[in-house]
Amino acid sequence: MKKLSLIKLKKNTKARVLEISGGGNLQHKMMSMGIYPGKEITKVSHFALRGPVTVKVGRSLIALGHSMAAKILLEKES
Amino acid sequence: MIKRILLIGNPNVGKSVIFSRLTGVQVISSNYPGTTVGITRGYFKIGEENIEVVDLPGTYSFEPTSTAEEVAVSLLKESSQDETVVIDIIDATNLERNLFLTLELIEQGYPVIACLNMCDDTEHRGIHLDTRKLEELLGIPVIPTCAVTGVGIKFLLERLIEAKPRPKKPLSHEMRWQEIGRIIQEVQQLTHRHHTLRELLEDISVRPLSGLLMSIVVVYTCFKAVRFFGESLINKIFDPVFTDLYLPFLDKLSSFLGKAGFLHHLVIGELINGKIDFRQSMGVLTTAPYIEFAMVLPYVISFYFMLSLLEDIGYLPRLAILLDNVLHRLGLHGYAIIPVLLGFGCNVPGILSTRVLESKRERFIASTLISIGVPCVPLQAMIFGLLGAFGGFYVAGVYLVLFSLLIIIGAVLNFTMHGYSPEFLLEIPPYRFPPLLLLCKKLYFRIKGFLMEAVPIVLMGVLAINILLYFKLFDFVTGLAAPVVKGLFGLPREAVVALVLGFFRKDVAVGMLMPLGLNAKQLFIAATLLAISFPCIATFVVLWKELGVKDLIKATLIMIIVSIIVGTLLNCCILT
Repeated sequence: MKKLSLIKLKKNTKARVLEISGGGNLQHKMMSMGIYPGKEITKVSHFALRGPVTVKVGRSLIALGHSMAAKILLEKES
Repeated sequence: MIKRILLIGNPNVGKSVIFSRLTGVQVISSNYPGTTVGITRGYFKIGEENIEVVDLPGTYSFEPTSTAEEVAVSLLKESSQDETVVIDIIDATNLERNLFLTLELIEQGYPVIACLNMCDDTEHRGIHLDTRKLEELLGIPVIPTCAVTGVGIKFLLERLIEAKPRPKKPLSHEMRWQEIGRIIQEVQQLTHRHHTLRELLEDISVRPLSGLLMSIVVVYTCFKAVRFFGESLINKIFDPVFTDLYLPFLDKLSSFLGKAGFLHHLVIGELINGKIDFRQSMGVLTTAPYIEFAMVLPYVISFYFMLSLLEDIGYLPRLAILLDNVLHRLGLHGYAIIPVLLGFGCNVPGILSTRVLESKRERFIASTLISIGVPCVPLQAMIFGLLGAFGGFYVAGVYLVLFSLLIIIGAVLNFTMHGYSPEFLLEIPPYRFPPLLLLCKKLYFRIKGFLMEAVPIVLMGVLAINILLYFKLFDFVTGLAAPVVKGLFGLPREAVVALVLGFFRKDVAVGMLMPLGLNAKQLFIAATLLAISFPCIATFVVLWKELGVKDLIKATLIMIIVSIIVGTLLNCCILT
């Protein structure tokens, strides 16, 4: 198992959410949209110059800002 | 007894479409999260009983994160539970995420009935749902519907009375997701299938390089299409109607009124070389309707047609991802592109939809930028109509100035204002292709709105101006403002009237410039100033309501200062 942030994850790969290291507000917001510890997500794309990241969560496609993505820690089978 | 129905659900699940189906009241619905930012009420009858239906902005949970979500949650919390039924609208193609709110609603003890919407879209996406099983597991009625075609709405109504409160012990967020996982396992089956063209197009639009290329193609095509449809409508339909059918009638009226005098001045205006000239006469029955119907309306139609198409397909949130980076430099995030695009139609809905942004700071920046740098369609139509005659170079110049202002003012506000702007978190909807009929209804609704708002103001405005001009009551104001307008901006003193009229409606204000015989440079400066200076009265009122007096004054001061600087600079720097 390898720990890494959503920023570091390569695109088109899957990983499991380990924790969301932001404040309660951010955690809650993510949680209500389906991003929570234990959930498997797939990174779709990443825009240059600290641009947004898009991920596939279940059946939805979600775009998040760069620093928000940095707060999502994942674990990936290496 | 049921007295009130609340439509609740995640963003972009079709609440507004269901609302229109139930009440017959037309509301704008689009394929992106956050179309509805306020509360709309309507009524329908069951037997003798009149039942209120409330359409609410979408929310992911009971703890709101934006102004629009707050509106929904607070109304839900204050409703009396005995007389209210909650219809929880669920996107069947994304059951898992939607169930989070559903479980919350059930736990809180609301009488809930679930409406499984977009059921027509599940099978060919490889999703098979067992509705009966879902009903059993949730313990509430579940009705499959397809709101855009109306399938299932009847059953939904029939089963309303079955909605009963069944409060459960509130679960923690993690427990709730576990529970949802169990439910999904039992009711949903996915079959694998090959990727479709639609999915390919969805995919390339959210990747940096292909997404950028796609956005250039889409935006360019839309711009060209708006121009083409607008011009065609003017040249083939509206202008001929005015010159061939309406003009002979006006000629008779003019002769009847004796070709001069007070009444003639009001109704027909001035004769140019002994003839009525739709562009220059300035009468209530000549130039006023010509501006609104033959110069502006065609562009309003073509603009809203293309915008509605983009909205319904679901392209706009994809544009938001691409622009996130740029907009961050202006203190906004990608989603601010939606208010900006709506602002190009009319600043009022644009500023209203800044409610999708989370912080007050963002809303202030977005609203100020919209009122300064985003010209509404009527104004743009007039700029094309007038300035276009001198060459596309000048029209492009206006856009260039406005675009630079957006960037500069945004960056300055971002730098000087306290606080920071939140990050972007947005669900990107799949592409959808709604029936053409629905698109036409929305277009009709928007055009009707435009006409009802614009026509009375335009006619009254021209009437008032004509009276004031006839009795030379404007001389005082023009005299007062002349040093600025003439000295700094290089415009004739008569242009003051147009700039003042800009407070009421921008399109007629540009129209007032037509008889002045301005040269290209003067027209360019005047049109640019009309775009950036004071917002029209409708925008002004909305700014006031949305931002409060203090921020309104702040925004207005910024506008006045910017107008004076830009007007002076343009006058000094451009050679004729």
